[in-house]
Amino acid sequence: MSNIVLERVSKRFGDTLVTDNIDLVIPAGKFTVFVGPSGCGKTTLLRLIAGLEDIDQGRLLIDGADMGQTPPAARGLAMVFQSYALYPHMSVRANLGFALKVAHTPPRDIAARVEAVAKLLDLSALLDRKPAALSGGQRQRVAIGRALVREPKAFLFDEPLSNLDAALRSQMRIEIRRLQQDLGITAIYVTHDQAEAMTMADQIVVFREGRIEQVGAPLEIYRRPTNRFVAGFIGSPCMNFLSGARAAAFGATTIGFRPEHLRLDASGELRGVVRTVEHLGNEALVHVQLEDDTMITARCTEDTALHPGAPIAFTPDPASIHRFDQDNRALDVG
Amino acid sequence: MSLHSSSFGRSAAHWTPNAHAQFLRHRVDDPSVGAAFIVAFPLLWALLASFKTELEAVAFPPRFVGFSWSLDNYRQVLGESDYLGALRNSIIIAGGSSLLTLLLGVPAAWAMAFAPTRHTRALLLWMLSTKMLPAVGVLIPIFLFYRDWGLLDTHLGVALLLTAGNLPIAIWMLYANFKEVPGEILEAARMDGASLTQEILIVLAPMAAPGLASTFFLIFTLAWNESFWTLNITTTDATTLTAFIAAFSSPQGLFWAKLSAASMLSIVPVIVIGWLCQRQLVSGLTFGAVK
Amino acid sequence: MAESEHEFVGLANYLHLVTDPGFLPALGNTLALIALVLCISIGLGLALALLLERAVLGRGVLRLLVISPFFVMPPVAALIWKNLLMQPTSGFFAWIASLFGVPPIDWFASAPLIAIGLIVAWQWLPFACLILLTSLQSFDREQREAAQLDGASALAILHHLVLPHLARPMAIILMMETIFLLSVFAEIFVTTGGGRASTNLAFLVYSQVMFQYDIGVASAAGVVAVILANVIAFFLVRAVGRSLDA
Ligand SMILES: Nc1ncnc2c1ncn2[C@@H]1O[C@H](COP(=O)(O)OP(=O)(O)OP(=O)(O)O)[C@@H](O)[C@H]1O
Ligand SMILES: [Mg+2]
Repeated sequence: MSNIVLERVSKRFGDTLVTDNIDLVIPAGKFTVFVGPSGCGKTTLLRLIAGLEDIDQGRLLIDGADMGQTPPAARGLAMVFQSYALYPHMSVRANLGFALKVAHTPPRDIAARVEAVAKLLDLSALLDRKPAALSGGQRQRVAIGRALVREPKAFLFDEPLSNLDAALRSQMRIEIRRLQQDLGITAIYVTHDQAEAMTMADQIVVFREGRIEQVGAPLEIYRRPTNRFVAGFIGSPCMNFLSGARAAAFGATTIGFRPEHLRLDASGELRGVVRTVEHLGNEALVHVQLEDDTMITARCTEDTALHPGAPIAFTPDPASIHRFDQDNRALDVG
Repeated sequence: MSLHSSSFGRSAAHWTPNAHAQFLRHRVDDPSVGAAFIVAFPLLWALLASFKTELEAVAFPPRFVGFSWSLDNYRQVLGESDYLGALRNSIIIAGGSSLLTLLLGVPAAWAMAFAPTRHTRALLLWMLSTKMLPAVGVLIPIFLFYRDWGLLDTHLGVALLLTAGNLPIAIWMLYANFKEVPGEILEAARMDGASLTQEILIVLAPMAAPGLASTFFLIFTLAWNESFWTLNITTTDATTLTAFIAAFSSPQGLFWAKLSAASMLSIVPVIVIGWLCQRQLVSGLTFGAVK
Repeated sequence: MAESEHEFVGLANYLHLVTDPGFLPALGNTLALIALVLCISIGLGLALALLLERAVLGRGVLRLLVISPFFVMPPVAALIWKNLLMQPTSGFFAWIASLFGVPPIDWFASAPLIAIGLIVAWQWLPFACLILLTSLQSFDREQREAAQLDGASALAILHHLVLPHLARPMAIILMMETIFLLSVFAEIFVTTGGGRASTNLAFLVYSQVMFQYDIGVASAAGVVAVILANVIAFFLVRAVGRSLDA
């Protein structure tokens, strides 16, 4: 259990500033998720923490010790790569034991640790196979096991589930989270999938273009986004935004409300025409074209009356309206 | 609808790609066998000559089968000439220089493939262009240095030159090969605490083994066949097979059968291995651009 | 004083070289040899590759036959060709000529450069062929079949689909062969042993040193060879570098 602190960390590749003055505390024993659109520098920041890239400016502290110049292995962190990066010419057993072997751990201890990790991850039957003979989910577990064997101070995950199919992905989400909680280990998890961030995190860090937009617990970020970008990025379907007179009525440049905060109301002020309906069974996502041509999305209960072309009217829940100023900053959040 | 399907049926009967391919195969099978034989004919002819007597070898019109097949030439080449000494020198020089080339080339190619800078690409191309400098351009300075340093006619001296000459090709082949290895795996090894040497030896080398093998083999072949330095800075002690064979060039008309036998002995090993690794050779020689 | 002496002699060497009656022919021979070998090896290599691509029977043996010349050391290749094939009284080619009732060609007396070119081309033919063959085999079968269904003739397919596909391997063959052909030496050494008609730059330098003991002029010729190599390298590497990037 270790905490990781970034102080004013910057990194540039050529002329582009990939991470810009990042200040961040990764609390010990917690599951922190980095989320943000593609290319915003999540992977780079993770690699800076791992020591796979050099920090240009700023400090990296692990348990209070400056690790900026420490080689990757000596930082005591373990990383799970998106491509798994298993050693293709080694058996699962050798893959799991590699870190211990290069650290000159006695063979008996290696064998014991490998067995224990294999048991934990349900890999015991696969120990003598090569990675090529494993399924995607099994490879993923070997990659996690390889990180686990070292008993690291923290886990670093870079989009570890993006190569798996949807069912396996949600199963692995739960497994990773359970494992992390059981071990009480610090974890940093990179994803661009906001649903993954919401379901797994103790703490979410939202990035955009190399900067942190907001840090907080999932529900806090969901309920009180500090700016329009975060409001739009977290939550699916995406928050609806309106500007102009309707926003001015609330004393804001832009207002936003989530699809589930719209109430069907024949006398509502948001009037329009249904364009498409996505039936999910238990609920329906209704895409509506308002009178001023703005498109909004509403989450409704399944209702046969909802069909393309039908007129429709809503009232947003006034308590759930987010207000933003002309700099896209939220007006009600500190 | 019926019109459509019947017209399709008719055209299919006339012209299916499969039938066409089959047709071509049978037709063209013969010429390809003939062509392959023509290409290899000089070697096959020399192979035949190596079993003839010297008189039969120069007979006119030539004898194709009707001669006294014998292994005398091989016996004589192995027994009476210094073939074995030259063979030993060739193995020492080609083997030693190929090992040295790999030893130097692997770290260089590792750096270019996994820690590239803005100038890596230009550097690679420049390196290859140095290979175009005719060796003869530096014959004199090398000759003078070697004379002063006592490297003339030594295994080490020749091996060093061949290493220098083959290094650009080796680095190119290794580079192309290493580029295929996912960098994340090496990073994983680094995270696991592997030292740079361990990373290269335990992780990279086994993954790149086929490429390393084909590079080694190509470099070995080039060194084995190299015939500028071996002809010019060896005289007795470090004479290789190339120089041994070249000595037959003096007009000794009646040694052709023996020359053929010596030639066969000097090329068969390389041809056999070359045939075994031809696939890797292509992708290696074209730097992965052709697979 | 030593420095100025150095400089003066250097200039004189280049002057000597350029006015040496052997220099321009050697330059011409160097380029002609490269051109000849490239044409033969790529032309025949392509034809051979097209034939071999379709061969099904005994593919392994055919390939062994075709690639073997590449692994033959230059002196061996040159001696086999010179003594067993091109020899004007008892050589195999002389016998072929006699079958047709034509007088045999005394290759190394009447056309030494062409004779050497044939030997060198024979050694590089497998290289070109093997690379083109590999590349042909990676040519998309479906693309070919689609074109056949479109009614394209075999020649049209070759011209519009196959040859463009081969542009890249051809560029690589061109570069690699040129690298080695600039310094052809052993084939000349063991066949003609020089002579105006077959001496290339590499051999010119060699003979200046070995037979005329003129280290100054030889060094100058060496430098010219280096410059020539760099000029060719500059253009080749540019062209091929681009195609390697793609
Ligand atoms: N080695 C590098 N050299 C130059 N630029 C790089 C390098 N690595 C990353 N970048 C650039 O830095 C920026 C951030 O990249 P990074 O990989 O960190 O993004 P990311 O947030 O992980 O994106 P994704 O979700 O697509 O994985 C990108 O614009 C990328 O092009
Ligand atoms: Mg990333």
